[in-house]
Amino acid sequence: MSAILLAQTEKITPPSIEYSSLSPLLIVFVVALVGVLVDAFAERAARRVIQPVLAGAGFIAALIAVALLHGRHALLAAGAVAIDGPTLFMQGTILVFALLSVLLVAERRLDSSGGAIVASAAVTPGSKGSTAARTSADMQTEAYPLMVFSVTGMMLFVASNNLLVMFVALEILSLPLYLLTGLARRRRLLSQEAAMKYFLLGAFSSAFFLYGLAFAYGYAGSVELGKIADAVGTTGRTDAYLYLAVGLIAVGLFFKIGAAPFHSWTPDVYQGAPTPVTAFMAAGTKVAAFGAILRVFYIAFGPLRWDWRPVLWAVAILTMVVGAVLALTQRDIKRMLAYSAIAHAGFLLVGLAGTNTDGLRGAMFYLVTYGFTTIAAFAVISLVRTSDGEASDLSQWRGLGRTSPLVAGTFSFLLMALAGIPLTSGFTGKFAVFQAAIAGHATPLVVVALVCSAIAAFFYVRVIVLMFFSEPLAQGPVVVTRPTLTFATAGIGTLATLVLGVAPQPLLDLANTAASSGFVR
Amino acid sequence: MNSVPWLTILLVIPALAAVVVAAFPRRLATQAKQLTLAVTLAVLVLAVLATFAYHPNRAGFQFSQHYDWISTFGISYAVGVDGISLVLILLTALLVPVVVLSSWDEFDGDPQDEGPAGGALPEDGGLPAGGGLPESGGGTAVLVATPPVRVEAVAQAVPVPRRSVPVFCALLLVLEAGLVGVFAATDVFLFYVFFEAILIPMYFLIGSFGPAQQQAQRSYAAVKFLIYSLLGGLLMLAAVIGLYVVSAEHLAHGTFDFASLRQLDITPGVQKLLFAGFFIAFAIKAPLFPFHTWLPDAGAQAPVGGAVLLVGLLDKVGTFGLIRYCIPLFPDASDYFAPVVLALAVIGIFYGALLAIGQRDMKRLVSYTSLAHFGFIALGLFAFTSQAGTGAVLYMVNHGLSTGLLFLVVGFLIARRGTADIGAYGGLAKVTPVLAGVMLIAGLSSLALPGTNSFVSEFLVLVGTFTYNKALAIVATTGIVLAAIYVLYLYQRTMTGPITHEANRNLPDLSWREKAVVAPMIALIIGLGVYPKPLLDIIRPSVTATYTDVGRSDPAPPHPVTSQPGGRS
Repeated sequence: MSAILLAQTEKITPPSIEYSSLSPLLIVFVVALVGVLVDAFAERAARRVIQPVLAGAGFIAALIAVALLHGRHALLAAGAVAIDGPTLFMQGTILVFALLSVLLVAERRLDSSGGAIVASAAVTPGSKGSTAARTSADMQTEAYPLMVFSVTGMMLFVASNNLLVMFVALEILSLPLYLLTGLARRRRLLSQEAAMKYFLLGAFSSAFFLYGLAFAYGYAGSVELGKIADAVGTTGRTDAYLYLAVGLIAVGLFFKIGAAPFHSWTPDVYQGAPTPVTAFMAAGTKVAAFGAILRVFYIAFGPLRWDWRPVLWAVAILTMVVGAVLALTQRDIKRMLAYSAIAHAGFLLVGLAGTNTDGLRGAMFYLVTYGFTTIAAFAVISLVRTSDGEASDLSQWRGLGRTSPLVAGTFSFLLMALAGIPLTSGFTGKFAVFQAAIAGHATPLVVVALVCSAIAAFFYVRVIVLMFFSEPLAQGPVVVTRPTLTFATAGIGTLATLVLGVAPQPLLDLANTAASSGFVR
Repeated sequence: MNSVPWLTILLVIPALAAVVVAAFPRRLATQAKQLTLAVTLAVLVLAVLATFAYHPNRAGFQFSQHYDWISTFGISYAVGVDGISLVLILLTALLVPVVVLSSWDEFDGDPQDEGPAGGALPEDGGLPAGGGLPESGGGTAVLVATPPVRVEAVAQAVPVPRRSVPVFCALLLVLEAGLVGVFAATDVFLFYVFFEAILIPMYFLIGSFGPAQQQAQRSYAAVKFLIYSLLGGLLMLAAVIGLYVVSAEHLAHGTFDFASLRQLDITPGVQKLLFAGFFIAFAIKAPLFPFHTWLPDAGAQAPVGGAVLLVGLLDKVGTFGLIRYCIPLFPDASDYFAPVVLALAVIGIFYGALLAIGQRDMKRLVSYTSLAHFGFIALGLFAFTSQAGTGAVLYMVNHGLSTGLLFLVVGFLIARRGTADIGAYGGLAKVTPVLAGVMLIAGLSSLALPGTNSFVSEFLVLVGTFTYNKALAIVATTGIVLAAIYVLYLYQRTMTGPITHEANRNLPDLSWREKAVVAPMIALIIGLGVYPKPLLDIIRPSVTATYTDVGRSDPAPPHPVTSQPGGRS
């Protein structure tokens, strides 16, 4: 008996793991584990310093590793992980955004008491300890390892060449985010509600993805993206499995980018989550989810593009319209940016609709520009505060341009970038994706996108009007001037927004090189 | 001489100056204004020098420069001028210093700038009409007295100055740089970038520096202006990208270079779509009927200087775009859509004039007259004769001068009485004879009286149109009658007759500064009316080349119009 078992195990050759090529992932993963240990053993006060430094150093090290790997084009770990141009580009992007977000999380001079993360998340809101949890200078330092785990998931998500690995990555990136959403220092109930909503809907969408995965396996007999593509038209099984697989997997992925009609979590979560986490989520998750979408649709379902193109068109149009129109009705600035994020997801889908290399390049470029602008915008939002925390209600921003011209000017610039005014990165990004779409014969989609941009411009401009053309409130919010880290983040994001608007060529070259090397199969 | 990068210099100087001026603190307002004036005058001098370096009869663009910018998309920083863009750059360089000088005191009298010195308001006479207050009394005086009271109340609540002179100057300079860029760009993408970028300073000029009392209308007008323009701009963006994709299909590598795009042989169906994208953007910008509704609001709510630049220059970008981009790039589509454009143009001539007659607000009135004038310009451009085209381009310049002057005069009146309502004036010719005279000249130029600049251009447009389509020309001619009505009716109500309001009795006449502002404008209005040849010599070859390139030669160039053997085209 044991001899037979032995014989069987001997037949399995262990996959060769190229540790060097996986180093970015491994570095981040190890840093996350060390972070957990630090939280267990280090002193409370020391953690608040060690954790952000550790996370930041990890991200920088991983970024260097990514840079060193450039040009690699290979399948690793028995075909489970793909390291190619798009993977490395997006991993690098995720790491940069994570680094900026860590700066925001580490900011402890915003609130009178501490940072944006609550001291003790488990205290029931409204109970005796809740005031202490809000005013304590302490924070849940678990936020850092959670963020690093999430980044691990994101980096694996864009690299997975196998639906099963992709699912695992999806969970690794999502679960920490659910927790992080519930860690806001102020408005605890809202934060917890958001976390709950995000978790339930997220779990639901993961189930969709898993179900689709099963159908894909049933159809192709493999979960590898390349093999699914090869199976199209060659296997004898019914195509119904395939279409079910495409549909269900798409639902799971569209949920993550916040595309309509799977967007309903976005405004609640963006509003409820601590602002640094919102920034991280808005920038990082979008990159990761789009990376996965690009890989799945370009490789696994590439042969089917004529079948899913109409669906993509419909989703893109719906997403843009929902995002732009509903944003008009928002009174809370974070919710408004959430709907703006939905609209931007729609614009990104327009780039995909061209189904060409230009689209890949355009989408990757767009993701970078959007991420920088969004992180900077959320950083600025966290600066404008009343005694009750962030001044998130739009009416409180009235006249800010008179009282704090620099902050209001910066925010206006970022809003213009989101609206896509030339000489900002937002315009270059839009140009890149729309050019791909028109070259891919999706001109009607571009016209819809441009009309939606005009609608979207209206609500961005409305904020500028409030800030600059209205009289300031007597009891208006104040701009906190102490937080250096937040200023640095906002500054970097704004500078990137400007530079990528005026001189986008280097990044375009990078995206072009990455895109034209193509996906490894 | 041609090695001098004139255009880049003209572009960079105001842009750099804007950055410098914007950094000035508020208390250095006077220095900011002085620097701005000096810079804009320097730009004017340079523009004039560039004009002398320009060779009117040489084909193609001159002063060209070309540097790759975003090579992935074939985008370059490429500038160059032909006669058409050169005269518009000249106009820009002229109007901006005029505006700077005319707005010199506009925001000094703003009591909120005084900050804590608010208590000294009644004596120091910050408002021009403030001096006559204690004696006059009566209903209108209450109106005049309102702003300081309101302002004091606000100043106590929030001690923040409302408007900053350095910012105003910086916005003007940015606008000047943007306008030079728009006219000088020979890369379609670069043109688009400037086209959109000039919206932002104008938006802030309207929203932040418009009439202090009408905050709600001001932001409404600013937002309407921006959204209208953005919508047009975004449709144009679709067409711009489309053009790039078409070029990528025809050539080895996609490009935005105007000269290369011109060589493309685009299929008529695609041309129509692209034309529509460009045309709507330009028609909103110009504006042509029925895309004009933002103009009266924006014109009325902008500060006077802003209104001069808006109507005198920004709107020219629309008509300039028609002749620079729409016609040469899409000749077949231009042909196809010409009847539509011509119809809109003629409707605009009448509609604008009729609405102008009925206005009670002077700034809105002038805005509507512009609508009529843009009708004439579009008519001239799409009549496809070199005469009409030359006339139309000259009209762009002349309209900038005459409407600019009209706006300035209106601004002088508003500065004296604080209202744009025509009913508040009457019989001013006795009190302020010089002001009245200037208004008459501006008005007569606006109605194209022979001997003023506009006559030449309007005549050329009509004659040129006549050889193309007699009916259109005849109908359009009657628009001149309406122009006479709105101008003379305005003059009659404000300047002639008895003085109807006591408050008007002591109004001061034009100051030396104001005279210095209007003098060059009047000189040009008369000068170009009598001797338009220098400008025509610059404009005509470029216009002729434009039309010839698209296979449009004049119907019967060497013959007088009467010898044509009947029959409309």
